[in-house]
Amino acid sequence: MSLEGELAALIGELPAGISEGVALGTGLADGYDFYESPLGMVVVTFNLRGVSGLGLAEGEWQQRFLSRTGRGLFRAEPPKSWARHIPAAIEAGRPGKVPVDLRSVSPFHQRVLRATAGIPRGEVRSYAWLAKEAGNPAAVRAAGSAVARNPIPLMIPCHRVVRSDGHLGNYSLGRPENKLILLNHEGADPGWLEDLARRGVRYRANVTTGIYCHPTCRSIRRSKPENVIDLREPIEGFRPCEVCRPA
Amino acid sequence: MADPTDELPKRLAADLDGIFPQVVELMGRRLYWGLRRMSGDHHTAEDLTQEALIRAYHALCGYDRDRIRELRLEPWLWTIALNLGRNHLRDRSRRPTLVELDEPRGGVEDPEMVDGAAWDRRLSALSGPQRTAVVLRHVVGLGIEEISEITGRPVGTVKTDIHRGLNRLRTIMEAEEHVARG
Repeated sequence: MSLEGELAALIGELPAGISEGVALGTGLADGYDFYESPLGMVVVTFNLRGVSGLGLAEGEWQQRFLSRTGRGLFRAEPPKSWARHIPAAIEAGRPGKVPVDLRSVSPFHQRVLRATAGIPRGEVRSYAWLAKEAGNPAAVRAAGSAVARNPIPLMIPCHRVVRSDGHLGNYSLGRPENKLILLNHEGADPGWLEDLARRGVRYRANVTTGIYCHPTCRSIRRSKPENVIDLREPIEGFRPCEVCRPA
Repeated sequence: MADPTDELPKRLAADLDGIFPQVVELMGRRLYWGLRRMSGDHHTAEDLTQEALIRAYHALCGYDRDRIRELRLEPWLWTIALNLGRNHLRDRSRRPTLVELDEPRGGVEDPEMVDGAAWDRRLSALSGPQRTAVVLRHVVGLGIEEISEITGRPVGTVKTDIHRGLNRLRTIMEAEEHVARG
């Protein structure tokens, strides 16, 4: 064989992994990995922009992800700059140092989910509150569907969102009881919340400061019990808490 | 015979995200093996191939359709790859990294009947410009003018690089035969 012919034969197949590496690096595909959570093993999907999804690692989770995003999916390690913060974000129920990629939802839904991410651990807020925080107080139903389609549950804590009448309402990650498990896990008492809802209590106020709060707000929970009263509606002379911003 | 790569820029301009994976499939193999022969190292070639294709994608995102349609894809990709090879690879920590399930992976081995190590040794005896020109011309199969464009060296110089590179390879192989015969 001529030298030129031998040189032309020096080319082999494309090594496995290059296409996947490029797909991950361009964001045309997402990576996935498994993590522990209060609800058992979960799968987290991510790309160079951040975490894009979270679901229970059971059943046809890959099909569910692919039908939602249309992007490829490969087993991978998250970007090193924030990979180590993922377990803490799942446990704490807030993204914290983990960036989130919410391109799969509309801009209004993104604002609702970012407001959801700000609900403190152990507290709950209503769809009406989320709609207001997202800049459109009338869009309560839209806020509800944003939460129902939350692509990153646990890390964006939609388990802390309750119906506007105070009842706990539905939950999208697995069984409905999972919402109770998560609220219990972080020290919110679902029985007490349901009791408040049954009695129509939507706010609690401190009579000495004249400030009213969401019932689970940390500032009202720190008040002396004898100074706290239950409210169905805001009453004249009381002002809204600046921490929990009740409607 | 129509080269399937001729139509690629046009299709890429119409649907960047949809067609880019085909660019990777069609061009990745030539990029990888060209870089592998230039560097003699699998990991270097793999990193440079991935990095070049990722950068190409991000550059294409910023180009308008007309510019993509006019693009001569393969020389353009090689220009990116060789620039990367000259500089150091940037920190890759901002990117998800694929989990390597089992090592070694299929396809990394040389083609059948090829003594890759021997060729790496022979090619490493060439000067940098000679090696680049010989690999691009005879392994990857690019034209002289394309190589001139990619390397920034005049056409006449590229021809000389290839000519001298091939002569050097012949000399080395004759010496090998001589040693083998004792």
